[in-house]
Amino acid sequence: MGILDILASIIPAAMVYAAPLIFTALGGVFSERSGVINIGLEGLMVMGAFVGIVFNLTFVDTFGSATPWVSIAVAMIVSALFALVHAVASITFRADQVVSGVAINFLALGIGLFLTKQWYDKGQTDIVSRPFYTSDVWLLSDIPVIGRMFFSGWHPTTYLAIILAVLTYFVIYKTPFGLRLRSVGEHPMAADTNGINVYKMRYIAVMLSGALGGLGGSVFALTVALNFSHSTIVGQGFISLAAVIFGKWHPLGALGAAIFFGFAQSLSIFGSSLPLLSDVPQVFLLIAPYVLTILALAGFIGRAEAPKALGEAYVKGNR
Amino acid sequence: MLFSNKVVNILIPIISVLLGLLAGAIIMLFFGYNPVAGYAALWNGAFSDIYFFGETIRQVTPYILSGLAVAFALRTGLLNIGVEGQVFVGWLASVWVGVAFDLPMIIHLPMAVIAAALAGAFWGFIPGILKAKLGVHEVIVTIMMNYIALYISNAIVRNVITDGEDRTENIADSASLGADWIAQLTFFSRLHYGILIALFMAVVMWFILNKTTTGFELRSVGFNPHASNYSGMNVKKNIVLAMVISGAFAGLAGAMEGLGTFGYMNVKSGFTNIGFDGIAVALLGANTALGVVLAAFLFGTLKIGALNMPTEAGVPTELVEIVIALIIFFVASSYIIRWVFLRMKKEGK
Repeated sequence: MGILDILASIIPAAMVYAAPLIFTALGGVFSERSGVINIGLEGLMVMGAFVGIVFNLTFVDTFGSATPWVSIAVAMIVSALFALVHAVASITFRADQVVSGVAINFLALGIGLFLTKQWYDKGQTDIVSRPFYTSDVWLLSDIPVIGRMFFSGWHPTTYLAIILAVLTYFVIYKTPFGLRLRSVGEHPMAADTNGINVYKMRYIAVMLSGALGGLGGSVFALTVALNFSHSTIVGQGFISLAAVIFGKWHPLGALGAAIFFGFAQSLSIFGSSLPLLSDVPQVFLLIAPYVLTILALAGFIGRAEAPKALGEAYVKGNR
Repeated sequence: MLFSNKVVNILIPIISVLLGLLAGAIIMLFFGYNPVAGYAALWNGAFSDIYFFGETIRQVTPYILSGLAVAFALRTGLLNIGVEGQVFVGWLASVWVGVAFDLPMIIHLPMAVIAAALAGAFWGFIPGILKAKLGVHEVIVTIMMNYIALYISNAIVRNVITDGEDRTENIADSASLGADWIAQLTFFSRLHYGILIALFMAVVMWFILNKTTTGFELRSVGFNPHASNYSGMNVKKNIVLAMVISGAFAGLAGAMEGLGTFGYMNVKSGFTNIGFDGIAVALLGANTALGVVLAAFLFGTLKIGALNMPTEAGVPTELVEIVIALIIFFVASSYIIRWVFLRMKKEGK
């Protein structure tokens, strides 16, 4: 196999795994930029995967070919509402944000599996009949060399993920809303003094992270897993969190990191079939995202600076 | 004074547990189950005969240790989410020593247990030193370390200890915490001597934190690192020390599974949740040794009792996961419970 053939087979495979990470990492960027740590991304993905699959199974006759799209939309809404639990606990009740996030993870899995048992009477749901399919982009897929890599064998949701990343960059850095969001995460008291409603901004950010986490989970469920069980989402949320940090809390950085981690994940699955990587033990590819994140945090790969007020509950009037 | 601070501190976990159980009952009602039958099934599943009781205590054992691990770090102001990974490396180390050597029990068993503690301590040392030297937040590092532990353990089980197998051989009898007389007494539950180690470690934690200068420094750093630094304490050293001791407790929790419950290590697709449940245990136990033991007992009971709920009351086991998650929320949101108490106090005047 020539290098181009290898790239043509591995890039689409990597992007399948990267897309859910991109969505979820963008959610993480919103939440963390507003000053709320979101360890609960994993749970939000679980909730999204669960809702996406169940809705798809239940309403496939009603919506026909639009089913997967409606499913991910519903998953977004439900996960955004679910994220409210994290918001209320960590913003209004001043719970420790990390602890509340851990509880979100427990709760999502508990609810998902409880309802799966309740509704399907077994540990996992049926396989969905209408997932997302890969397709060739009209005309563009005929471009020599890059057509095969970038416009063939991709899910439509993957393009959506990249568009959303650019959109998120625009929202966070080029709009008044984004400026407020960042100021709330850096110095909430100063923001409050300037008339920005800190609580409102943080609620919006956490709910956005819920919506995007739910989107990521449902996209993973409807492109890769195709059913829901206890092992549908195992760590993708935490990898997304790693992507947020590795991408230095920047939407486009998170996009790049998520693609890289998706690449590493797909390599650990398909790597043995590639001539260059067949000699590398799989374990190194598996741990690469995590080791790199630690190195990034330790400042070996450019210093990653967190938003200043990250993790602190804002108490009006406190200095 | 009806609601002094001390009373409120004790009441908060109790109220949280009651609220959690109440929420579980409401969920059962909502789905058409009888909550009384559901909780009766849970109770029977944990205590109705000596086998179930043995299994409950068996489950409590690692929970005590993982709870101690989280609690110990929290007393120094560090949130060790990495207990899960430290449990993994502890489990691996104990089993490795258990299968690799053939020694008299008096050497072999302590060696396997100590290997687990050292492995866990090492896994805690890395985030500790990164926090102390470079100021890297321990939460993210420990999460990453969890996954590294998972995959490395799997690779070592598959490629180093065995030749491509999915589980190791059983450990030698001389490294086992199990005992025939306990097995026979409890109708062959997997209860083992580990509970004694766990309870002893709870005493050790209490002693270190409350009766030694080191413990005073650790707690002092937890309260206020700047003030501690000003009064001449070495804050960095204490941060590393707290993570190392916390990791050692977690490693021992792994040894309980490796040398007691299972007697082997297998390739795992995901986490055991002993470490994550340890966070719940520590929070509910208010980070004290006695509190952790009591909370571990509660969660062990819930987990084992839940296994009986589908057969006896038709309620899915996962209900308990929801209840535990809600208990964590309620404990974590104690601000609002305190606020309610404050209001009651004011109106009482």
